[in-house]
Amino acid sequence: MKKITGETIIGKILLMIALSSIGALFLITVFIFAEGLPVIFKTGFAAFITGMKWKPTREIFGILPMIAGSFAIMAGAMIVSVPFALCCSIYLAEFAGDLMRRVVKPAIELLAGIPSVVYGFIGVTVLVPFIKNYIGGNGFSVLGCSLVLGVMVLPTITSISYDALRAVPVSYREGALALGATRWQAVKMAVVPAASSGIIAAVILGMGRAIGETMAVIMIAGNSLIVPLSPLDPVRTLTSNIALEMGYASGSHRQALFATGVVLFIIIMALNVLASRIINRAVK
Amino acid sequence: MKDDLSPVKIEFVNFGVSYRSEKAGSPPLSALENVALKVYDKRILSVIGPSRSGKTSLLRSINRLNDLHASFEHSGEIFIDGAPVYGGADTDVTELRRKAGMVFARPVVLPLSIYENIAYGPRLMGRSSKSELDATVETALKDAYLWEEVKDRLGSPAAALSGGQRQRLCIARVLGMRSGIIMLDEPTSALDPVSTAKIEETLTALKNKYCVILVTNNVKQAARVGDETAFFLMGKLIEYGDTAKIFTTPRDERTENYITGRFG
Repeated sequence: MKKITGETIIGKILLMIALSSIGALFLITVFIFAEGLPVIFKTGFAAFITGMKWKPTREIFGILPMIAGSFAIMAGAMIVSVPFALCCSIYLAEFAGDLMRRVVKPAIELLAGIPSVVYGFIGVTVLVPFIKNYIGGNGFSVLGCSLVLGVMVLPTITSISYDALRAVPVSYREGALALGATRWQAVKMAVVPAASSGIIAAVILGMGRAIGETMAVIMIAGNSLIVPLSPLDPVRTLTSNIALEMGYASGSHRQALFATGVVLFIIIMALNVLASRIINRAVK
Repeated sequence: MKDDLSPVKIEFVNFGVSYRSEKAGSPPLSALENVALKVYDKRILSVIGPSRSGKTSLLRSINRLNDLHASFEHSGEIFIDGAPVYGGADTDVTELRRKAGMVFARPVVLPLSIYENIAYGPRLMGRSSKSELDATVETALKDAYLWEEVKDRLGSPAAALSGGQRQRLCIARVLGMRSGIIMLDEPTSALDPVSTAKIEETLTALKNKYCVILVTNNVKQAARVGDETAFFLMGKLIEYGDTAKIFTTPRDERTENYITGRFG
């Protein structure tokens, strides 16, 4: 008989704790799908995701406006944040001095620690009136939301692409420099291409964050059920749809919200799988 | 020892290198001391010595790649074609690195195609017409004895080449820049004997046109390839002279001990 030692007991306990956390995740997934799928089947998958009308009281469930809203805001956030995040990570990884790096990097990472409701609050009190007064529309808009989300995903994209850039072997830099490249040329031709898969993965993870964000979006986006045609149009996203209506939804309405969650789940899952595949390909 | 026709290409005058220590108060780490050395054009200089003897510091001082280390300090001066490398505030480091091409121990190819790896240097210098680049790439690959192996797949990624081919690509890359000086830092230390033989063959063919400095841990390679040989130990130049002479009748006992394999 195998001797039972403290070692094996600790191993078993750790295994159980690890399994239970994964188990919880698994159960949540099963629950979302179990609740959401019936409505999707009843409405028809195509009708559900391409339907233009969302009228829960009449049991009409179409989420195209929210899908469009989520993607519009995500795209806007990327347009705002990717250039800043890239410049920032390249500067920090390649050009910044030690002192600069020690000050700026934690400062950017601190941005990730600000609660999203605070971002939303700043958006509502500063950005929304500004857009209303100086640009047009009523202020609650894709534009405002993109700007705020752009700042919110900045730390994610910056720190992951920074890590990717720092992981490029010194020999790449020296190789390019020894060929008579300037610092910037070496970065452009040798370092950034070598880190490109990591940078792309960073952007995709940033997209996932932007699509999943809820609180700030509810506060700034205006939440109208329309497909946005201009950056000044108000929108409702998949996440805010769930958060706005879950308080009073019941029956098939509640199930339709879970179905919205299923779509969101699939989108974010796809983005994450894509990101990890790109990262893995880079490792090989 | 050398025919008087070949001019001095690089001259070290009392040159020293040290690295400031991380810890405050402790003395800087000396890597090279008072090196006086002349390197002739159209010759191959072999630099030998055990690890930490300063060989790599010597090379990286010529193209100022050492500048990348914040702790690097130098004394004395290096002259290339009579012009100071360190003195003179107007030294263009980028230009200097184009003049003195470098090949590293681990073959570093840029994440580009075979063609683009060689075209990279010339493009930086503003030579970018298609026909000129094509000619440069072909000549460089032929001179590096790589043309026959890759001529049908110039567009494929350079990372797919074998180690030996990659190293020859790195040499071709330096050739493509038309540097006058080719510096190699243990270029065959990661290669098999067949690839090593090919690289040595390449180097011997190149010396008609270039000033070549070969840093190597392989004493026999130094004897095979070098016209002159310099032996370094603990940052000091112990002996320098005609390769045949160094390997048959070394003046210094330490040189003899090293080349006969008693230490190192």
